Amino acid sequence: MSATIPLIDKTMVGQHGARPGAMGFLTDTTLCIGCKACEVACKQWNQLPMDNFGFTGHSYDNTGDLAAATWRHVVFVEQISDSTGQRATAMAPFQSNWLMMSDVCKHCVNAGCLEACPTGAIIRTEFDTVVIQQDICNGCGYCIPACPYGVPELSATDHQAHKCTLCYDRLDSGLEPACAKACPTDSIQFGPVTALMEHAQTRVADLQSRGVDSAYIYGDRAIGGTGGIDGNNAFFILTAEPEVYNLPAYPELPQDKVGRAFLTTFGAALALGVAAVVALRG
Amino acid sequence: MGANMAENHPVGFRFVMQAKERGAKLIHIDPRFSRTSAMADLHVALRAGSDLILLGALINYVMSSEHWNRDPFFQEYLTHYTNAATLINPDFKDTEDLAGIFSGYDPEERKYDPEAWRYAGQQGKSSANQHHESQDAMARTEIVGQQDSIPEYDFTLQDPHCAFQIMKRHFARYTPEMVEQACGVPQAVFLQVAEAILTNSGRDRTTSFAYAVAWTQHSIGTQIISCCALLQLLLGNIGRPGGGILALRGHATIQGSTDIPTLYNLLPGYLPMPNATQQHGSLADYLEQERPQKGAWYTMPNYVVSLLKAYYGDAAIPANGFAYDLLPKISADYSFQPMLLMMKDGNLRGLFCMGQNPAVGGQNAVLARQALANLDWLVVRDIHEIETAAFWYDAPEVRRGDLRPQDIGTEIFLMPAALAAEKEGSYTNTERLIQWHDKAVEPRGDCRSESWFVYHLGKRLKQLYQGDTSPRGRQIEAVTWDYPTAGATQDPDLDMVVKEINGYTVADGKPIKNGTALKDDGSTACGCWLYSGIMTEDGHNRARNRKGDERASLGWGFSWPSNQRIMYNRASADPAGKPWSERKKWIWWDAEKEEWTGYDVPDFPEHKQPNYQPAPDAKGLDAIAGDAPFVNMADGRGWLFAASGLRDGPLPTHYEPVETPVSNLLYPGQLHSPTVKLFHRSDNPYHEMADPRFPYVITTYRLTEQYTAGGMSRWVPWLAELQPHGFIEISPELAAEHGITNGDWVTVWTLRGEAEALALVTERLQPLMIDGRTIHQVGMPWHFGFGGLAQGGIANDLSALVEDPNSLIHEAKAFTCNLRKGRIAGQSQGARPL
Repeated sequence: MSATIPLIDKTMVGQHGARPGAMGFLTDTTLCIGCKACEVACKQWNQLPMDNFGFTGHSYDNTGDLAAATWRHVVFVEQISDSTGQRATAMAPFQSNWLMMSDVCKHCVNAGCLEACPTGAIIRTEFDTVVIQQDICNGCGYCIPACPYGVPELSATDHQAHKCTLCYDRLDSGLEPACAKACPTDSIQFGPVTALMEHAQTRVADLQSRGVDSAYIYGDRAIGGTGGIDGNNAFFILTAEPEVYNLPAYPELPQDKVGRAFLTTFGAALALGVAAVVALRG
Repeated sequence: MGANMAENHPVGFRFVMQAKERGAKLIHIDPRFSRTSAMADLHVALRAGSDLILLGALINYVMSSEHWNRDPFFQEYLTHYTNAATLINPDFKDTEDLAGIFSGYDPEERKYDPEAWRYAGQQGKSSANQHHESQDAMARTEIVGQQDSIPEYDFTLQDPHCAFQIMKRHFARYTPEMVEQACGVPQAVFLQVAEAILTNSGRDRTTSFAYAVAWTQHSIGTQIISCCALLQLLLGNIGRPGGGILALRGHATIQGSTDIPTLYNLLPGYLPMPNATQQHGSLADYLEQERPQKGAWYTMPNYVVSLLKAYYGDAAIPANGFAYDLLPKISADYSFQPMLLMMKDGNLRGLFCMGQNPAVGGQNAVLARQALANLDWLVVRDIHEIETAAFWYDAPEVRRGDLRPQDIGTEIFLMPAALAAEKEGSYTNTERLIQWHDKAVEPRGDCRSESWFVYHLGKRLKQLYQGDTSPRGRQIEAVTWDYPTAGATQDPDLDMVVKEINGYTVADGKPIKNGTALKDDGSTACGCWLYSGIMTEDGHNRARNRKGDERASLGWGFSWPSNQRIMYNRASADPAGKPWSERKKWIWWDAEKEEWTGYDVPDFPEHKQPNYQPAPDAKGLDAIAGDAPFVNMADGRGWLFAASGLRDGPLPTHYEPVETPVSNLLYPGQLHSPTVKLFHRSDNPYHEMADPRFPYVITTYRLTEQYTAGGMSRWVPWLAELQPHGFIEISPELAAEHGITNGDWVTVWTLRGEAEALALVTERLQPLMIDGRTIHQVGMPWHFGFGGLAQGGIANDLSALVEDPNSLIHEAKAFTCNLRKGRIAGQSQGARPL
């Protein structure tokens, strides 16, 4: 199995628009053992209730998706057989064939949710993370379609939008986020984004030298942090196409589509008007 | 092998990941593709219950390989450090000679007389008759070997009666072809594994094996582990850094609960429990029987007398044999499974269940619940109302109406327990490392720690039995039970417990330095000699230490014995005492200072010269040669051939599980272990070999998200939602045969019972070609039950009572079953699939 990611611009690999002092996550899926300690640590620290209780039948993923009360979600993708249908025996070193990835809010450099928020509830913190202030959010839900990754969700309980805060309260006290603290294999690493990005590039090069040709960074300007987002402060090392993990390869800021959409609408209206005039004259 | 480390030991697996970062290769040999397999370089799917065949074939491969025969490292390690050159009694007959059994077998009793396996020229100590009766307390002398003279050797390894030649003949039939036929592993894959292990062992490199209960829970579990030990001795991987066999312990501090045991047949520190069927009548008799003359166990009287002194204090004096007669004596197998039968048959009237949930976790759990229902009283201490406390109104048979609550006479007391963070205490895990943890918060309401419960129960018992002169009354009255208590809850002072475990001089109550300070004259008291040294002489509990480093981390916690991190580490140096290589340097002989030194605490007499040779009549450690690292054994050698100590043979031999779809391809005349302990009764029926009614192999296992029988996880919302319902893993091939699609209800059954589960159809399970036909395997987690948030059919309702004759452990990792799509009629328990 090897992922061939069609790169639009190779020069953008590892490029990132993080501001000075930005803090973030590197989630290295090649080290993830799918233990879900991150999910539990997150819910415990943030006192989030059990939600969507039930057996899904999707491998060991009974969480399903990021949600108002689920801010870390471990995705499980089984790719056990090789291309001929045979169960694999020899495999790439580190995680392979049963992919596990702890998904989280990307804390975008330019965040769609923040730009869409009409009340100013969504702010950029001193750590360059994106946080919803619960005492200001009025539950309008504009942030939900504005996120290209489908991260925030309106809670059915308090009708406000919720998502990962990158443990703003812990950061404020000099502690690392709960998920990173709990991760036993250091698949989730917390730190300054520039240092993490440097580490990610070394790690990808190391993986490739060991035969994991499919390893790449998701969340730089090349993949995942595209379309005006300018990179994610929470980024990933993946080994299969982004879509395999239910991630968009080339997301765009919805706001960037406004101009185009406006022009299209304007153009269409103009054309229709002209057509109508022509028709009436006729 | 036999372990799913990433899922069940995720924190320990951190170190495996770090090793991988440094270039280590990880091979996972397991019936299922698990989260461990996902991290591995190789996943080898084999038939559950066939592990010993693969290990035996690795031994055969190694012994036949040119590399192993050519490299002097292996030969040197083998001849000096193992009993390869030791001559075995010439009358010994192997399974090769007797069609699958060893000499000494009594088919009527279904037992071996291990006298038939002794070293040449050695007189057996105890009579055959005693061995037959000693089934239930593994005698110390059996384990370490009783020797009255120096064994005979042939260091050329050519004598047909030397252990090496016997072993070579024994494993000759364990071939790659046999692995393919009987395990379902293609030869090419097997050879890949064999070559990887062989080339990664030697002077500069070591290979380690990690196993867990997926080796233990077989009728030949002990022999599977022995087989791995043999392989590791052949490869020179014992007593060296990066080597060994890592017994991954399944619960927090389960190692600690064997060291200071909750086992019926051991006293603290692996001292055998006095047995009424042996010559254990007095302390002198007991020591005469159990004290080996050679090796480290020679000092056993110091441990026993100090233990009695700790138990009975002033009542233990030389004149009364240190009150030895107050110790209870066992007379039969009182391990878990026979205990269930005693309860069911009305011979055991009361039960304390602390941290155990037999209504779900008990083998043949249908029978286990019937056993609970037949008690007079039952005390359950847990953090939730687990099934063992709720079966009387909530069990499937009660919900169905087969059993009515008013017909169950058991009086049940549910006592609330404190959580780990609500009490202090220690954990001892795989690496024998004792680590202390503090209390973070006070327990809520009436919740109390185990130490509180046991201590105050003891106080009340002492009050109750005051003045009682019956044997039981005298026992209870004599026990020293005077720990100071403190705090709002009046918990006993655990530092005083640690001091007692460590040992102290009776005269001044000061902690002793280490186990060598213990005496057999009553001047010292010690609760567990093996833990001696855990407290410094000025009273510091070393389990609290937290100073790690890049090597042995001697400043982190305390590991038994004597803070040694690698046991038998004398083997990390060559016979002359030099490190085998710079890369694998660990302990070595400093010729100038004339002492053993290195990164670790040497597991060897400090000043013993590498060329020391014992006199024939030498005793104790003086009888151990300077190049014999295995100081606990009477001959100081690692045993390839186990001349005593095992009940089912001196060499590992493959027998099929008690329930199997195939015959024993290695020994066609001997299907099962000749000494497996079976419980033939109508409430515990077994399936015949290849019974067409039960065509599938089933294996039970655990998940990261849940914990054992669920008492600590299925009631916790954050954990319950991660694995919210019982399921069964089925390959797409088998699912297609039954028209089962992912998420369907499936009913699984055996002659013991039936269970419902949701189908998880996955390629992680695969059918295997065994002996020319397709064998399907299914897997079912055993966490689930009828209580809590995450519910599901009880996997142990399917399993049977069976015992490995050595460990008395059941066989839940390989038995047979059948399944069909759909639910059990009239069943409505549990959540529905989304």
